[in-house]
Amino acid sequence: MNEQSKTIIDLQQIRKSFFLGKPNELEILHGIDLQVTEGEFVSIVGESGSGKSTLMNIIGALDRPTTGSYHLADTDIGNAKDKELSEIRNQKIGFVFQTYNLIARTTALSNVELPMLYSGVSKSKRTARAKELLEMVGMKNRIYHKPDELSGGQKQRTAIARAMANNPAMILADEPTGALDSDTGRHIMDIFHKLHKEQGKTIVLITHSKELAEETERIITLKDGRILNERKGGILC
Amino acid sequence: MLILENIKLAFSALFSNKMRSLLTMLGIIIGIGSVIAIMTVSSSLTTSISTSFQEMGANNITVGIKQSTEEEEVRSNGMVFGTSGRTVTADEDDMITDDMLEELQDTFSDQIDAIAISESVGSATIDSGSSSSNISLTGINPDYFESSEITLLAGRKIKQEDLDGTKKVIMVSDKVIETFFDGDNESALAQAVNVTLNNVTTKYYIVGVYEYEEDSTFTSDSDEDVETSAYIPITTGKEQLHSDDGYSQFTIVTATSVDSVSTFASQVEAFFAPYYADNEDYEISTSTMESMTESMNEMIQTVSIAIAFIAGISLLVGGIGVMNIMLVSITERTREIGTRKALGAKNSSIRLQFIIESIILCLIGGLLGILTGFLLGAIAASILGYSATAPVGAILLSVGFSMIIGTFFGYYPANKAAKLDPIEALRYE
Repeated sequence: MNEQSKTIIDLQQIRKSFFLGKPNELEILHGIDLQVTEGEFVSIVGESGSGKSTLMNIIGALDRPTTGSYHLADTDIGNAKDKELSEIRNQKIGFVFQTYNLIARTTALSNVELPMLYSGVSKSKRTARAKELLEMVGMKNRIYHKPDELSGGQKQRTAIARAMANNPAMILADEPTGALDSDTGRHIMDIFHKLHKEQGKTIVLITHSKELAEETERIITLKDGRILNERKGGILC
Repeated sequence: MLILENIKLAFSALFSNKMRSLLTMLGIIIGIGSVIAIMTVSSSLTTSISTSFQEMGANNITVGIKQSTEEEEVRSNGMVFGTSGRTVTADEDDMITDDMLEELQDTFSDQIDAIAISESVGSATIDSGSSSSNISLTGINPDYFESSEITLLAGRKIKQEDLDGTKKVIMVSDKVIETFFDGDNESALAQAVNVTLNNVTTKYYIVGVYEYEEDSTFTSDSDEDVETSAYIPITTGKEQLHSDDGYSQFTIVTATSVDSVSTFASQVEAFFAPYYADNEDYEISTSTMESMTESMNEMIQTVSIAIAFIAGISLLVGGIGVMNIMLVSITERTREIGTRKALGAKNSSIRLQFIIESIILCLIGGLLGILTGFLLGAIAASILGYSATAPVGAILLSVGFSMIIGTFFGYYPANKAAKLDPIEALRYE
């Protein structure tokens, strides 16, 4: 981290409660402070019930914090409307899910084009960009295949290409290797490292695997809705 | 742009579930199909009725006397008392005279081909000594055959000389001849027969035999019961009735085109107006096939709209089916909706996607319905013996209506999909 690095994710005193109202109120996050600078590869680890998923939903602009402020690339997300959240997810966040979540019935190419479709990119530009991205993740020969015809690793590569479609400010990967065997998982992690090193992407990796977390520059451990500790990792960075 | 993408998407979604889509469409197909079938039959019926009416004599104008509808009003203290229910029997002064007809013929010689007169004399019996038959005695003039076509089997028709001489000549149908003279039309000619009308028997000579045409709308149990028309000169008929009166009605066979018949009819009415200006009880009225065709068509239309309305209820049921299947489809695709939202789809994009899917479903159903409906209608029309006419208006309306059904019944499910919480949707198993 040098002085010129800019904070891209800025969480201040984030609290999240469910079942609002006194008797059943349940606070999951008890005031999280977290800053991620541009180009950083961070991992968030924690056991189930640690508030990991809730934090991911907030970072992913899928949910709003109950109190506290969240700025993503200078945009205030805590007070954004639904429509604005859609735009933020579309433009600034690239999601990679454990279960790929590719749209069945449509080709790998259409899947990669989808975020660009929602941001109104023209058909020809969409296709060109999608092909370029699929080539980058090594899917050049599979662009017209439907998800059913792809292996788990190929599906996840397609998903990474899709996450990159609108050149987002960060990639948010939720257990991206969780459903893959170790060899294939290794390949997927290599793609993340490549994106980080070559394109300087900010990547937030959510995982319960300590080994994978060690590969990232910084490891943030959550426990019971609080940040337990932060430490440097980066054996591969 | 997004609409085009959504249409593609809708097709791929519907094709991935062919059986289900087809079953859902069935409701729409049946609904639209039955409406179109009914409309096809009724529009074919209307067309064929119009043509057959025209063949029957669209050029003809029937002119007759009619009791004046203007009622003498007695006003007192602002109250209006009508003298309704009063009937005045037409007498000599009210009738149409030969002079009037001659004048008419002279005035409109260019437009009038013939003036056909026929007056019913009454039901009579005819006998040749050995057997007897019932006839309906009709007095006619020679022009009568211009408006009513008959096929002459033997002898001749009634001529002007017969009228001038008040001759006791008669034209009978071959049906009558079947029981007389061994059914030989030729040998019946010039034979004397006794015609009994109101207990008065008069001797007539047969001059012609015409072919009896069975009326398809009238079916008798036994052929012998059929009372066929027998034609005598109108002057002879008047003599039989001891009347010097004119005629209560006649038919003008016009030389004008079908389109101008109604214009000519009003000219005829205007022609007669001076004659009846002082007549308090009667006036002249005309009727053409056009107005008859119109009222007939109106009736058919009313009936078919009523039936189509009932058929429309099945459209409603079909629409509910569409809504049901859209709800199922949205539940099945919850994760897909969640993913789309995570990738930046706005609520409105999701709503649009599912509404378009529902519209496409209904539109395909509607088009298939139009096709099956038209085929069914065409088959029904051909069974009834009419040529099928495509009801263009109804087809366009059906296309529009199925789109409306798609929008209406697709809106609720689509809105439900649009409002899904992305986190819940992504977590959905």
